[in-house]
Amino acid sequence: MAILLNRSTRVIVQGFTGKIGSFHAEDMKRYGTKLVGGVTPGKGGQTHLGLPVFNTVKGAVRETRAEASIVFVPPPFAADSIMEAADAGIKLCVCITDGIPSQDMMQVKRYMRRYRFEDRMRLIGPNCAGVITPGQALMGIMPGSIYLPGRVGIVGRSGTLGYEAASQMKALGIGVSTSVGIGGDPINGSSFKDILQLFERDEDTDAVVMIGEIGGPQEAEAAIWARDNMRKPLIAYIAGLSAPKGRRMGHAGAIISAFGESAQEKVEILKEAGVVIVPTPSSFGEVVADTLARMKKAA
Amino acid sequence: MDIHEYQAKELLARHGVHVPRGGLAYSPEQATYRAREIGGGKWVLKAQVHSGARGKAGGIKLCTNDDEISNAAEAMLGRKLVTSQTGPRGKLISRLYLEEAVDIAQELYLGFVLDRKEERVMIVASAAGGMEIEEIAETAPDSIIRAAVDPGVGMQRFQAREIAFGLGLEDNLIGKATETIFSCYQVFRDYDASMLEINPLVVTRDGNLIALDAKMSFDENALFRRPEISELRDKSQEDPRETFASDRGLSYVGLDGNIGCIINGAGLAMATMDMIKIAGGEPANFLDIGGGASPERVAKSFRAVLGDKNVETILVNIFAGINRCDWVAEGVVKAIREVGVTVPLVVRLSGTKAEEGRRILADSGEAVIVADTLAEAAEKAVAAWHAAAKKKAA
Repeated sequence: MAILLNRSTRVIVQGFTGKIGSFHAEDMKRYGTKLVGGVTPGKGGQTHLGLPVFNTVKGAVRETRAEASIVFVPPPFAADSIMEAADAGIKLCVCITDGIPSQDMMQVKRYMRRYRFEDRMRLIGPNCAGVITPGQALMGIMPGSIYLPGRVGIVGRSGTLGYEAASQMKALGIGVSTSVGIGGDPINGSSFKDILQLFERDEDTDAVVMIGEIGGPQEAEAAIWARDNMRKPLIAYIAGLSAPKGRRMGHAGAIISAFGESAQEKVEILKEAGVVIVPTPSSFGEVVADTLARMKKAA
Repeated sequence: MDIHEYQAKELLARHGVHVPRGGLAYSPEQATYRAREIGGGKWVLKAQVHSGARGKAGGIKLCTNDDEISNAAEAMLGRKLVTSQTGPRGKLISRLYLEEAVDIAQELYLGFVLDRKEERVMIVASAAGGMEIEEIAETAPDSIIRAAVDPGVGMQRFQAREIAFGLGLEDNLIGKATETIFSCYQVFRDYDASMLEINPLVVTRDGNLIALDAKMSFDENALFRRPEISELRDKSQEDPRETFASDRGLSYVGLDGNIGCIINGAGLAMATMDMIKIAGGEPANFLDIGGGASPERVAKSFRAVLGDKNVETILVNIFAGINRCDWVAEGVVKAIREVGVTVPLVVRLSGTKAEEGRRILADSGEAVIVADTLAEAAEKAVAAWHAAAKKKAA
């Protein structure tokens, strides 16, 4: 069933009636996502886009049996919305919001730990493009048309660079099982390693493309985990070869502040862990095709 | 967002951290007047720029009389201080801070950072203060004490106490050190800081604990709820190209190359810059135009990029998801006609409404070099840049 999301996942939208929430809710519905309602405090009882609006996430879960929630709430209130979803028993929360303060995210992550691991919500994002299982469902803001359904997983920090990879693969007839954007913030819900673990267990995924960038320890952590635990091929690209130290490149987390955080250093760490490197951002397609061909030969 | 040393000290002092007596000066006369106010016979004049390593660059002077203060102030004001952290352009000195000199018995290091691995505020301390933390980590790694703050309950007093004892301080200083560490944490938390560094934190000969320097940065995502911090922004310390762009809601970082970049998405922007480098060029900037790029926004991006006189070619790379290539194309045409683009321009449009976008560019009759893929875009941009440079030389 790919990972995280499929055509039967019951999804609600937090920040449903706002301009951005409405726009993407319609887009997701059109793609085939099983949207069952939305939440906007104070607008409970209304109908929006033909779906029920609730005041609280608990109310929405009670009435619609929603399992997943996508958050479009503005930055000052987004952390609160994520915690509300966690407390209401939502299993998967995708937060698109860009600009949440770091201290708020620290509190969100601390708050989520109050639930037993089996009951704990999985958070994707914030500041991400979302999750898509091509041909089935979309919980995010990516253009559905650039993804071919298939058997290669994608996980990346950046939205548009993920589109670039998916479209290069599509041009060569290579499809995607699920694509996950984990977001560009320094503190995020799911790390590269968290998502790699899901892909490794997934029967519908044969190989995984990881799209990292400068800053932070998550690519290195993922490389070590993959070296010791992953049997499927891992293919990786790191953006920011030309980025100078100490300058923030757009994403709140994309800043080289410690050893091991530059693109060159990360590529070295990945290489040492046996990860296949995509040398340039225009060779995603070729490298994935080569890797798949080699797998076929070996089998 | 960074603030000045004197601003950080004011914040800390307000929360009970001891700092030397001092005052701000915008002129040599003011600096000597400050010396009268402070009293004593030894002062330190410090250039207020957003950078560390000021001492080695001539931004800190010990003075013992009015003439020395006046001369040092004269030499510093209006000059650009180039330190190991500012880059070759340096940072303008327009404010000075005069402080009483302190009799130092011991120098300590105290820092607070957001630890991305632990996802917590991390306190870092060392009895080997006075040098950069990177240097301490190399020369005296065992001296470094770390403690992580639980975001649920905040820092606890025992943690501050453990650090104070860990620094090997005399018994009579333990209480003072505990208070200082705890106060610093409160300032860090209450103002949404992303970094707070006191280096050195000094023990004076008369048994006091004083923050001799202070550096602070703040989480820009939290400035909406910290108006008192937003007010401390000093635009003279920023790259003017970046100030222009950020005032217009664009995410821009100035670099030293010649190929200007206009791209949507931070990751794709970095990847495109990498591709330019691989193709043999050097990017002039990072610019993320963001989602919802209207024709006006595209035109503003051109203004920001062309504000850099080093730009000799422009590369526009848009992979539209929530953006629309037709709007971007309209913006490109608008920019050519209104802003005036005299350098070669390469445009690659992909994703939502890419066909319509390409048609708009073709129909406009303007000299736009169109590319289909990322690799092609970078190669064409570098080739156009070389051709333009040749023409200029000829």
